[in-house]
Amino acid sequence: MSLDPSFVGRTYPPTAPYQVGREKIREFATAVGATDPAHHDPEAARALGHPDVVAPPTFPVVITMAASRQIVEDPALGVDYSRVVHGDQRFGYTRPVVAGDELVCVNTIEDVTTRGGHGFLTTRTDVSTTAGEPVVAVWSKIVVRGEA
Amino acid sequence: MELPTQTFRITRADLVRYAGASGDFNPIHWSDRTATKVGLPGVIAHGMFTMALVGRAVTTWAGAPDAVVDFGVRFTRPVVVPDDDQGTEIEVNAVVKEVTEEGLTRLDVTATCLGDKVLSQARATVRTPADR
Repeated sequence: MSLDPSFVGRTYPPTAPYQVGREKIREFATAVGATDPAHHDPEAARALGHPDVVAPPTFPVVITMAASRQIVEDPALGVDYSRVVHGDQRFGYTRPVVAGDELVCVNTIEDVTTRGGHGFLTTRTDVSTTAGEPVVAVWSKIVVRGEA
Repeated sequence: MELPTQTFRITRADLVRYAGASGDFNPIHWSDRTATKVGLPGVIAHGMFTMALVGRAVTTWAGAPDAVVDFGVRFTRPVVVPDDDQGTEIEVNAVVKEVTEEGLTRLDVTATCLGDKVLSQARATVRTPADR
């Protein structure tokens, strides 16, 4: 799988705002077994200084995975999604995601390489509020496996 | 300094619940037919589910659900989840690499399933707990 290296540095238009719901955070926290009251009870979250329930650390992937379709479905880049394997994942927080946030994603392609017949694509998604406050930067590296 | 080992059981039901909550409905996480067709031994856990469990371990060590400042992993080996009541188990360990003057603690984390490493370069930076 050969990916076009000229895509490095390309930034995509901001995604439509994602409304972070309290019940979505509770649902995600329950699914990963995160029982801390701050994920479920607004009072417990407020006691820690947050305006509403706090999302677990990997929650932003719910938003960024949907946002990254912009890249993996870009016909000009030509990623074959059936051959995609998740390589690396990283979250760099300015602050935790909380219920009530309205978040916008800006995707940038940081690196494109081809090695051993496989394509490697590193993207950074800058997640910020609609007011422009940065919340979390999310890096993801996917491997597009070559034809055997 | 080594932190106490934490273990997490993963069953097929957990994968179904995570698929719904995360929106990741890739059939390799619920269909043996699909998983074996692409060369996997069977249904595997979402990498992001494994990372979420490691995230729980990290916040438990940090003593606060909002302590994580930076968290990154590399997925090296799939976590195969058999279709039975026991499922499988991952074991998570960490060592404290550094406690900075800015109040941050850097952890090197390992996660294994049946003795095999399933993550590499797993690192987390958390706000240093007040009692350390």
